[in-house]
Amino acid sequence: MNQLKDTVNTVDIKTARLNAEQYLENFAEMHSPLGETEALVEADRCYFCYDAPCMTACPTGIDVAGFIRMINTGNNIGAARLILEENIIGGSCARVCPTEELCEQACVRNDQDHRPVEIGLLQRHAVDAAMAADKQFFERAPDTGKRVAIIGAGPASLSCAHGLARHGHSVTIFEARQKGGGLNEYGLAAYKMLDDFSSREINYILAIGNIEIRYGQRLGDNVEFASLHNDFDAVFVGIGLGSVNNLGLENEDVDGVMNAVDYIEQIRQSENLADLPVGKRVVVIGGGMTAIDIATQIRLLGADEVTLVYRRDKAAMNASEEEQKFTQVKGVKIIYSAKPNQIQVVDNQVYGVEFERTRNDENDNLEGTGETFNLPADMLFKAIGQAYEAPSGTELTLMKGRILVDVDRKTSMSRVWAGGDAVCDGEDLTVAAAQDGKLAANSIHQYLIL
Amino acid sequence: MADLTSNFIGIKSPNPFWLASAPPTDKAYNVVRAFEAGWGGVVWKTLGEDGPPLVNVNGPRYGAWHSGDKRLMGFNNIELITDRPLDLNLREITQVKKDWPDRAMIVSLMVPCEENAWKEILHRVEDTGADGIELNFGCPHGMSERGMGAAVGQVPEYVEMVTRWCKQYSKMPVIVKLTPNITDIRLSARAAHSGGADAVSMINTINSIISVDLDTFTINPSTGGKGTHGGYCGPAVKPIALNMVAEVARDEQTQGLPISGMGGITTWRDAVDFIALGAGNVQVCTAAMTYGFKVVDDMIAGLSDFMDSKGIRSVDEIVGKAVEQVTDWQRLDLNTIVKAEINQDSCIQCGRCHVVCEDTAHQAITQMKDGKRHFEVLDEECVGCNLCVCVCPVENCITLRELSVGEVDARTGKRVSGEYANWATHENNTMRVS
Repeated sequence: MNQLKDTVNTVDIKTARLNAEQYLENFAEMHSPLGETEALVEADRCYFCYDAPCMTACPTGIDVAGFIRMINTGNNIGAARLILEENIIGGSCARVCPTEELCEQACVRNDQDHRPVEIGLLQRHAVDAAMAADKQFFERAPDTGKRVAIIGAGPASLSCAHGLARHGHSVTIFEARQKGGGLNEYGLAAYKMLDDFSSREINYILAIGNIEIRYGQRLGDNVEFASLHNDFDAVFVGIGLGSVNNLGLENEDVDGVMNAVDYIEQIRQSENLADLPVGKRVVVIGGGMTAIDIATQIRLLGADEVTLVYRRDKAAMNASEEEQKFTQVKGVKIIYSAKPNQIQVVDNQVYGVEFERTRNDENDNLEGTGETFNLPADMLFKAIGQAYEAPSGTELTLMKGRILVDVDRKTSMSRVWAGGDAVCDGEDLTVAAAQDGKLAANSIHQYLIL
Repeated sequence: MADLTSNFIGIKSPNPFWLASAPPTDKAYNVVRAFEAGWGGVVWKTLGEDGPPLVNVNGPRYGAWHSGDKRLMGFNNIELITDRPLDLNLREITQVKKDWPDRAMIVSLMVPCEENAWKEILHRVEDTGADGIELNFGCPHGMSERGMGAAVGQVPEYVEMVTRWCKQYSKMPVIVKLTPNITDIRLSARAAHSGGADAVSMINTINSIISVDLDTFTINPSTGGKGTHGGYCGPAVKPIALNMVAEVARDEQTQGLPISGMGGITTWRDAVDFIALGAGNVQVCTAAMTYGFKVVDDMIAGLSDFMDSKGIRSVDEIVGKAVEQVTDWQRLDLNTIVKAEINQDSCIQCGRCHVVCEDTAHQAITQMKDGKRHFEVLDEECVGCNLCVCVCPVENCITLRELSVGEVDARTGKRVSGEYANWATHENNTMRVS
């Protein structure tokens, strides 16, 4: 017990671990934008492939080779039009897409010189140029008099809203929070998207007109699904994932144990990073992008030792190889094949976690080996995924715990469509959400003009 | 170790790389830097008549066409011949030649088409100790409007006449520099030959406009809102120059006339192309103006290493080595049948071979096999045109295979005979010679 007390006494959580300069440096943009010459040189590397594999690899089907050629000929504006035509949130996708698993993975340059064309950065170059010039490409069709309610103001919803507005329908978005953008606003690692890009992008999208966002409107709280369903001609549900998965251990509610998504939001919304409490030794449990984002950021906030523990092996990790490398370079240690057994607590404060080594049995099921080890932890972050939480009043059929939709993103209820992370078979990607919104808008339009 | 020393019409230099008459050879300072860097010789920037020097524009003199990655592909200029006093140039030429006796010193000349004007300047140049002269009959801008440069070079009779004067009034070897701004370069070369020229050098620059400024609709470059055509050079003109060199090298009337080759030479490979097509040495300007004089290091080392690898001991062994392999179209063997072949191991699946063949050629390359992206040549459609080879970004991924004798061409169903046959005797040729 004395030994335990000693450990507890060393629990070290404090704010302002770094000086102002260090915060600035640590939270500088992950990829700096391309300069004009850099963009030309990079665009020149594109082979303008036939039926380009990058285009096929993009969930929204952006004509990648086409827009890169336009950049190469000095037509950034034309390039942006081509991008936004397929994906109105192409600006944020250019920043947050795991391009190494999408377009850039498909780039034929990988086979030739192991370095794909920097498609993400080129896309950003073009869209940023158009936004800086306040260049709008799309006009509203004449007003149809049809009204569509959209629940949530994340990427899927914004994409859907813009598509509907182009067809002349009027859109009302009901957003629970005080800002739109969804995960772009609240869920990203801060260095992935700087400044107020998310809100600037929303303004750019809203400029088409006749899209109203009502903030502070939470389903089942101050707005009812049934009444929206009654009052509007169609409804699109883009509410994302409402709850966070638990470890299923005791003591998950003690001090120092946190949901990664909550803390990521705090970082993202923070006015001053020095105000955030940061443990000296931090443990993160999970294997996806959220786990990487929290581990990296808490390290950049000044934590001494950050250990990310994943229950399966490296290959099974959801986070890409590039993301794993990135967090390791920033000083995060990754331990593969270990699962948490016990959260160690004293005086309602976590001070460590006991893990057990795992392996795959003959049937490839995960099993504990019996070998255990302890990691001291002033803070423990849970990042083992999120789940869809059905809002009251909705009777949408679910599949694998998320909303069942068809290829047009139509749900089981008449006049209700859905998209983004809330739907089944989603890839939990911003770009997939953009495609959901686009497809739903087209489908809703077809229904409305019948 | 290969011997790079060059003896071009009796003019010796440690290597065959001369700087062409142009801005880099305008004055002693530049030329000395060039010699220090290792250039084998220079053709001093063109001297004109004695008297008040010419003036250049005070706006831009150069324009460039770049590739997307900002490499300079084509270059043009509107600079005139030297704008420094004749005396000064002659003094500097004398001094530099004295200080660098092993380097070739050629003086480029351009004076009005009058016998006395040429007579007057020739003996003054001779007094400098220069190794030879080059007659600038090529400059397409500024001077041609004054009846000099290309205005002379475009009239074979004038070329012959002035060449004759130079041979008559000077003991120095005479190199006649030819303009490409004509229909058939052989006529000028023949004229120089008839006039007694020791050699021709080619090509001078090509009339050109680089581009239009799309904001102002002036041309690039422009001075005071106006621009004019300039002389085009750089990598983009090399194929044009190579053809002209080859035409003169294989022309019956000029065969054996030494050629100093130039036009877009940037690397030792370019130089070997020119030499193989008949040039006895080469001249360079744009590459130096793009990268500085140090580029000659690669040219010297590359040529030397190339010669070593081929067991070639002197540059003269390469001169004209490819000329015999140049012929007229109607002499090409119609019974040589080739088919493109795609190496699936090195194919990166960009599909460019397919789309260009499909859109613009012979629909002879697949895009799909068993539902998968796959590019393969269809022998029954392939005419062997080489377009796919030209557009493939992977070195040696697509190659042409020559069908062997007895093999059946899947496109025509005919067996390869192995007998030579050309258009001149082809049955479809109504003007055939029997």
